[in-house]
Amino acid sequence: MVDAQPPLLKITAIGKQFPGVRALHNVDLTLNRGEVLSLVGENGAGKSTMMKILAGVHTPDAGTIELDGEPIRVNSVREAQAHGIALIHQELNLAGNLDIAANIFLGNEPHKAGFIDRKLIHAQATKHLQRVGLAFPTDTLVADLTIGHQQLVEIAKALSVDARIIIMDEPTSSLAQKETENLFKVVNDLRSQGISIIYISHRLGEVIELSDRVSVLRDGENAGELVREEISHDAMVKLMVGRDLSQFYQRNATEPGEVVIEADRLRTPAHPNRELSFSVRQGEIVGIAGLVGAGRTELLQTLFGITPAVGGTLKLDGNKILPRRPLEAIMAGIALAPEDRKQHGLVSQMSVRENSSLARLRIDQKAGMIDFTAETNVANEAVEKMDIKTPHLEQVIQYLSGGNQQKVVLGKWLAMNPRLLLLDEPTRGIDVGSKQEIYKLMEELAASGVAILFVSSEMEEVLGMADRALVMHEGAITGELSRDQLSEETIMQLATGNKAAA
Amino acid sequence: MKKNILGILGLFIFIFIFTAMSSEPFLSAYNMQNLIKWSSLYAIMGIGVTFVIITGGIDLSIGSVIGLVASLMALAIKKEWDPNFAVVMLLGLSLGIGLIHGLLITKVKLQPFVVTLCGLLFYRGISRWMTDNQTMQYPGTDKLDSLFSGKVLMGSFGLPAPLFFLIVVAILAAIFLNRTIWGRYLFALGNNEDGARYSGIETDRLKIVAYVICSFLAGLSGLLFAYELDSVQPAQTGEFYELYAIAAAVLGGCSLRGGQGTILGVIIAAAVIRLLRNSINLLGISTHLEYAIIGMVILCGVAADEIIKRVMAKRRAAQLHAAKK
Repeated sequence: MVDAQPPLLKITAIGKQFPGVRALHNVDLTLNRGEVLSLVGENGAGKSTMMKILAGVHTPDAGTIELDGEPIRVNSVREAQAHGIALIHQELNLAGNLDIAANIFLGNEPHKAGFIDRKLIHAQATKHLQRVGLAFPTDTLVADLTIGHQQLVEIAKALSVDARIIIMDEPTSSLAQKETENLFKVVNDLRSQGISIIYISHRLGEVIELSDRVSVLRDGENAGELVREEISHDAMVKLMVGRDLSQFYQRNATEPGEVVIEADRLRTPAHPNRELSFSVRQGEIVGIAGLVGAGRTELLQTLFGITPAVGGTLKLDGNKILPRRPLEAIMAGIALAPEDRKQHGLVSQMSVRENSSLARLRIDQKAGMIDFTAETNVANEAVEKMDIKTPHLEQVIQYLSGGNQQKVVLGKWLAMNPRLLLLDEPTRGIDVGSKQEIYKLMEELAASGVAILFVSSEMEEVLGMADRALVMHEGAITGELSRDQLSEETIMQLATGNKAAA
Repeated sequence: MKKNILGILGLFIFIFIFTAMSSEPFLSAYNMQNLIKWSSLYAIMGIGVTFVIITGGIDLSIGSVIGLVASLMALAIKKEWDPNFAVVMLLGLSLGIGLIHGLLITKVKLQPFVVTLCGLLFYRGISRWMTDNQTMQYPGTDKLDSLFSGKVLMGSFGLPAPLFFLIVVAILAAIFLNRTIWGRYLFALGNNEDGARYSGIETDRLKIVAYVICSFLAGLSGLLFAYELDSVQPAQTGEFYELYAIAAAVLGGCSLRGGQGTILGVIIAAAVIRLLRNSINLLGISTHLEYAIIGMVILCGVAADEIIKRVMAKRRAAQLHAAKK
């Protein structure tokens, strides 16, 4: 062998346990010099945890990390930086009130006798900005930059501390098309300068375009690895879900029935200038795709009465409704399983029984008194129907796994027999097994005549489950795709505001 | 939750027996009647603030509401209003005060601490102004006298009236919290307000109800205290009582983060606080140390509770982990 030196980074048998969840188990990963390694996997597969361990945010319970063949410890973000590892978060960590130069050197300011050396800072910052192709004066306030440009500042910041390994966690999730292309150019430049990049993305198209190698995680374990010539959409998906796609998403669309929900020029408070018109029929599963921040969650929240509409009309089963509070939406037959389970979906200190009955309580009450028999029945039914794995009904819900928590949320709404079920990222952060059960449930509910509207950032989920998809961009619906028009490319085109391409 | 009560009950029994063995007059009928009476008065306030604390809020105005109601009652008697009418009006006023607190907190979205801190200052100032800051006596209004500060004889032992008020209040409060859907909603919203709202719970309305209950019980306490003391000092009556009420609630198992609390725990905790004062007096410990001792006991109680909770949570997580394997 010519190249006898060890790989730049070698991770062996990493394990990490969170209360109630085994996030990582026995995971191996290697990274070579000047390589773009993509880490893919479904939501909850452990990608982010893995990267946070590398960046010193989490400490692993087991396993070793070797850099240049030497074992290292990364117990803090500072230690990771000292080893030349930088993480670019999904949510950027910049101080908007400071200028570009100040952000690049935040915490590392070159100084003379305690005074910041401004001249040096700006000169250095200009140099780093050039490497990422950003031609702004270094005294521009970061808050005045677009997200795409802010991201480049973050990368420049990583370069300023001589990062050798840059980890990018979903860097394109809120970027427009142009910004994405620009980022790819920067990534390619960095690679040619010998910097190694770990790239995490749901967008398999991007992964194919950028990667030298792909490592796939599934349920916190290694699921397989693909080298350049093996990388393809189907190969990655197969490793991600652990079986052929056709078995994973079993959607047998039937002829949809009457229109259940019809929005006509509906305007949400988040995007008051956008008019949204769409409908969902009985037995239909409609997906809403788009980038983070496209206004998808806001649309569901408006339908559910959390942020009441500021204009337009909404009809449920032909009757005009305008929910001003969640209770009104619920009583009309609308249910929402929110994106942020912990914050919105559950009362985490309460038991499985109390959580699953929370919505139904009002209906079974006897003059204000809780009907405890009815409550236990509701909870038992949810556990049975949803196959919730819990030792007993009194188990405090925060100790259940993400998948089981989500099933409790769904069980709570099924007890209400909704006409319209809104699901916001229904499988975020849950294991593959639970995922499949949730898809099966969606299928069954649709077959029983429920109209389902779901938001998903996971392309495979939209492609696999939706009978029809609405694609949103900056608060507007930029396109509607029937099942045979659905493809990753058309969705991405519409999601980045490229109307003509559809 | 049951274990919480056992801890505080154990503390009560310990101090009780210790004092009984060290001090002869402790078990006398007179001392016992006093202890029961004052414990009951504290517990009624404590139950009120428990509702607010369960929502994750706080009420600092309790003592001033007590002072206001007691002062206005004295004023009404002096002005020869019908005392019964005055009682109804003042209880109505207390409800109104709670309603205003609740509206400011939920609709104007002010912080409970700020709203009730301003209430503390405002009601105290109004009490002093309306009464010219004069100490006033409660002349005999015999029916109300026996209602608020009478005794029911059981043999030779007279049970004080506040005890019966406490029993009624406690039963109603416990039923509300544990048996009605609104009680469940209160715990849910105290735990996760957004989560409760997303489940169709009208969180604002319930929070307002909590503040109304709290101020109402403060008003009721005001009448009980005034009749008990037979006089009112507008500048002092009820001063700092909110802190005793909050202390009782916290020692009784409430978390200021919201979502937790039991009526029985608060009652026992109120009794512990009174018992401590009583013991300090009887055992000849310097009364200057009184606050220090009460503060220390509450701190230790809450700390022990927190540590036990954490150990239990860890053990449960470990069990769950083991069960999965």
